[in-house]
This record gives sequence, structure tokens and C-alpha cells, in this order.
Amino acid sequence: MTSTVERPVSAPPVAPRRRFVLRGPGVGLAVGAVVLFAVAPVALSDFRLSLLAKYLCIAMVAVGIGLAWGRGGLLTLGQGVFFGLGGYAMAMHMKLADAGPGQMPDFMLLYGQLDALPWWWAPFRSPYFALPATVLLPMLVAFLLGSLVFRRRVRGAYFAILSQALAAALAIFLIGQQGTTGGTNGLTDFQGFFGYDLDDPVNQRMVYFIVAASLLALLLIARQLIRSRYGELLVAVRDSEERVRFLGYNPANVKLVAYVVAAGMAGLAGALFVPAVGIINPALIGIVPSIEFVIGVAVGGRATLLGPVIGAVAVAWARTTLSEEFPAAWTYLQGLLFVLVVAFLPGGLASARVLLRRRSP
Amino acid sequence: MSGLRIRDLRVSFDGFKAVDGVDLDVAPGDIRFLIGPNGAGKTTLVDAVTGLVKASGSVHFGDAELLGRPVHQIARMGVGRTFQTATVFEELTVLQNLDIAAGAGRSPWSLLRRRTSVPTVVSEALETINLTAQRDQLAGTLAHGQKQWLEIGMLLVQDVRLLLLDEPVAGMSHDERDATGALLGVVSRDRTVVVIEHDMDFMRSFARTVTVLHAGKVLSEGSVAQVQADPKVQEVYLGQGTRDA
Ligand SMILES: Nc1ncnc2c1ncn2[C@@H]1O[C@H](COP(=O)(O)OP(=O)(O)OP(=O)(O)O)[C@@H](O)[C@H]1O
Ligand SMILES: [Mg+2]
Repeated sequence: MTSTVERPVSAPPVAPRRRFVLRGPGVGLAVGAVVLFAVAPVALSDFRLSLLAKYLCIAMVAVGIGLAWGRGGLLTLGQGVFFGLGGYAMAMHMKLADAGPGQMPDFMLLYGQLDALPWWWAPFRSPYFALPATVLLPMLVAFLLGSLVFRRRVRGAYFAILSQALAAALAIFLIGQQGTTGGTNGLTDFQGFFGYDLDDPVNQRMVYFIVAASLLALLLIARQLIRSRYGELLVAVRDSEERVRFLGYNPANVKLVAYVVAAGMAGLAGALFVPAVGIINPALIGIVPSIEFVIGVAVGGRATLLGPVIGAVAVAWARTTLSEEFPAAWTYLQGLLFVLVVAFLPGGLASARVLLRRRSP
Repeated sequence: MSGLRIRDLRVSFDGFKAVDGVDLDVAPGDIRFLIGPNGAGKTTLVDAVTGLVKASGSVHFGDAELLGRPVHQIARMGVGRTFQTATVFEELTVLQNLDIAAGAGRSPWSLLRRRTSVPTVVSEALETINLTAQRDQLAGTLAHGQKQWLEIGMLLVQDVRLLLLDEPVAGMSHDERDATGALLGVVSRDRTVVVIEHDMDFMRSFARTVTVLHAGKVLSEGSVAQVQADPKVQEVYLGQGTRDA
């Protein structure tokens, strides 16, 4: 450890943080599971619990961003696209299921522009297509996009801007296709979720449990990835892509895996958001929500496993609470929060613990 | 073992000829020192061989042409390099650095699992580069010389057959230099080594053959004594070469 003393600038006392990263999530995950499955369902009203389900969906997106951005350095500012694909895939299925066999969704009849169900709606009638599609469709899009982008060595701000443009494009496309996508209103007014009546509070609780279990599953996947050799390689690519190349790896493939996994997670999040919240629309998937996903992750601590989840839930909760009281101020407050975190706490709230610990001895 | 054969290598940056028709042969198992004043094109030459910059001409390592291939493929053909400023993965431990370097051939399945034991090549390399005690230390916390060794260790576990080292002893203490020189001897037993260096004492002690580059061209080539006796070299180095020749 003498070298630590020799080179104080390039040698931050990171050893404690490593221990925190490795030991923390095991305990943290267990505590989180108890809170989600035992404490929250008892302590919260139906209304609050369904709000929590909504936040947890956003947290699922955050887990993926933590992996791709925190570990892989990919500033994924367009996760709304994948969230949206997953959400719309689920919503289309639920609309068709509500309508019944051979029938068209209510909003199509309402707008009255169509005589028949559009061909690309048809496969979503089957749950065996729609359910896998909520995850696989976003992953496929991410794969195609990532293959194009990473091989051409588009990085940093350019990648972020491209992601944003895509999110904007998808939102604009959906708004433009009112007859087939519901336009600005999106898809809403769902009655059932795989045969269960969504108006029944018991079933809403069931949706909450599905969301909570999915979030835990995603955390376990992320944890395995982070601790695997791939996870180490991903950090290496983040910190020195060129060096990794000289070791015989193609960094494009390494990044692609993280990007595709993050997209799948966002897709599942979008899919569960629909029964949990009862709506999916372009405003939920465009540029602004895409940035908000990232803000939560930054606030919580992007390079840790649980930081993104805690940050996402905290920011989403603050948004609900504060925007009720000061609707106009929230946007500014959120921006301010982001700037403060970036400027003073680049590691997010997770690093605040380490900072405190560093000062104490 | 394979040797390196470079023919008519040219690299230009916006018309500026950084490497200007270099022919270079390095025999298998040689320790070739590449010297020359600042801006001579030494680093650029290594960049060209490793695929980092576009070049014309031809570069053969063994029977394979290297030019025109992407960086990671050239690396997989057994060509490895270090950089003028040591670049290791600072946020990863020494062990993790070496494990990554050893793993380019790993299957996706083994990548997705945790490392359960230290691979033999890695523990051997740790001994060779004398960093066994620092195994679990973050690479960013290593002393400067240790980082350079870690870089060399990464090449060893990567199992490259041609090592291109860009100023490996810059900033090292005397003892560290000697240790590095000894390391080069060990490494070259079954590998070909090319070293870019400014340090003349280090060169005299450990070079087997020397090539002098100047303004993108080969100025002189031969043994240490031959090169030092070359008037053209003495002229370029403004007396450095004559100081104790
Ligand atoms: N990417 C680049 N773009 C433009 N010019 C470059 C580039 N890289 C190198 N050069 C120029 O090419 C010439 C050779 O540079 P190079 O780095 O190969 O020299 P060197 O022999 O390694 O010098 P040193 O001993 O200082 O490391 C220099 O004049 C340098 O300014
Ligand atoms: Mg150089």
C-alpha cells in the first residue's frame, strides 16, 4: 500500500468502495426483497402500492441503464424507445384481448378510419407472440442499432444524441398514426390482464407483486453480469476501449451485449408499466422521459447495482409529490438536482456513503 | 517463432510523411531497439504495424500480412504492444487486468461466469513481473514502474509472439530499469521484441540490434557498436552518441 501514498492523485482510496460494491448488493438485495414483498404490501394503501408499482417499473429501466451506462459508459439517453416498444407490445395485446376474438380494439372503431385490423396488430392477439415480443422486440432493435453504431465507433455525445433522436422519432411516429396507435392519447382503458379484472384491487396487488418480482429478477441478472468476467471486461471497455482492442477483443461486441440487455430490461419495464399504470402513450417514451430515466440513475449512483434503483424510485416519488404541489417548478428542480449530482456527487448517492465513510476515520 | 518484415511502409498525416518508406527486418527472437529523435516516426511505425493508423506498404509477421486488418484481429495474430504512457485499466485490480488480457479467446459462456480461480498463465505472469503481492490492488494505485510491468505482463498472458514496447522504462528508477531489461531477456526466449527507447544506457545494456529512425526514414541499422560508430547517427544525436562511444 505504499504506492497509494506515493501517487495520491491517481490513487483514490477505492479499496473501501470495492468492498462496498461486492458485499453491499448481497445484503441490499435481501433487504430490498423484504421491503418489497413484506413491508410495502402491508404498510401501503392500494393507491400507494400501485404508485410504487409504477416507480418500480421505472427502476427496472434504471437497472439496465446502470449496466450500460454505469458499467459500460454508454450514455443511453433513448431508453424510452425500448420502454415504449415493450409497453406498446403489451398494450396491443391487452387491447385485443379486451376486444375479444376477431374484434377490433375500441379506439379503432371510435376513430372509424379502419375497416380491418392492421396486419401488424394481428400477431399481438396471441399471448405467445406478444409476451416474448415485449422483451425480444426491444432487444432486436437495440441489436440492429447497436451493430450499426458501435462498429462505426460512434461514442459519447454522438451516441447520446442519436439515442435521443430515435426516442423523438418513435414518439412522433406514434402521434402521427392516430388511427392505428391511438396517437397522443396512446393506448388506455384496459379492462383485463390475462383474464384478471384490472379494476379489482386484489388483481392490482397481484400486478404489484409481478413487478416487484421482475425487478428482483433483473437485479439478479445485472448482479451476475457485473460480477462475471464479462462485467470486468465491460468496465475495461468503458475506461479504455482502445486498450481492450489491442488485447484482441472487439469492443463493439462487448458494448452491444450491455446495450441489448439494457433494452430488454426497458422493454419488460414498459410491458409491466401498462397493467400497473393503465396507459402507454407517446409522452411516456419520448425525449423527456428518456432523460428522466437517466437522471434517476445518476442521482442514485450509476456504477452500483442498487444505486440506480434507489435513485429512480426516489426521483419518481419526488416528481409525484412535488409536481402535485408545484407543477411548474418540478422541471427546474429536476434539472437542478441533476446538475448538483453531476457537479458534486458524480458517483451519485451511493458514493455519498463512501465519502462519509472516508471522512469518518 | 516468427520474425517481422516491413517493406516500404508509409504513413502520412495530411500530407506530412511521418513514416516515409521504411524497410525493417527483425529476426525471430531478436531484441531490436528502435531509436531516433523526437518525432522520428517510431510510435507511428508501431501504430501502423498494430493497425491503429492507416499505412501503405506491407508488414508481415511470419507469413501473415498485417496491414489492412482491424486492430483486434492483429492482436489475435500474436502482435501486442504497450503505449508511451502506460495504459492499464485503473479501476480494475492487477489480477483483473491480467485476466482480461488472457481472455480474448474465451467462450461467451465462460465470460458470463465469475472467475473462480486464478488461471495458471496469470499467476505465472504475476511472478514474472513481480506483482504477486499487488495482485488484488487496483491498477490505478500502482507505482509508475509497476504499471509498465503490468502492461508487459498483460502481453505475456495475451500470449503474443511479437512485443512492441513504446518507451517501457521512461520514468523508471535505475533498479527498475535493470529489472525491466532482465525481463526483456526472459521474454525474448520465445518471442520477438521491438523496443522504442530514448534511454541510451538502457539500449547499450539490453539491445541485440538497433535501428535508428530519423524523419520517417531508416538512418542506420546494426549492432549497438555499429550504430554508435555511424557518423550520421552521431550527427542526428548531436554528440549524444559520441559521448562515450
Ligand atoms: N495523429 C497524428 N496526426 C498528425 N501528425 C501526427 C500524428 N501522430 C504523429 N504525428 C506526427 O508524426 C511525427 C512522428 O510522430 P511519432 O509519434 O511517431 O514520433 P516518435 O518518433 O514516436 O517521437 P517521440 O520520441 O517523441 O515519441 C511527428 O512529427 C508527429 O507530430
Ligand atoms: Mg513516440
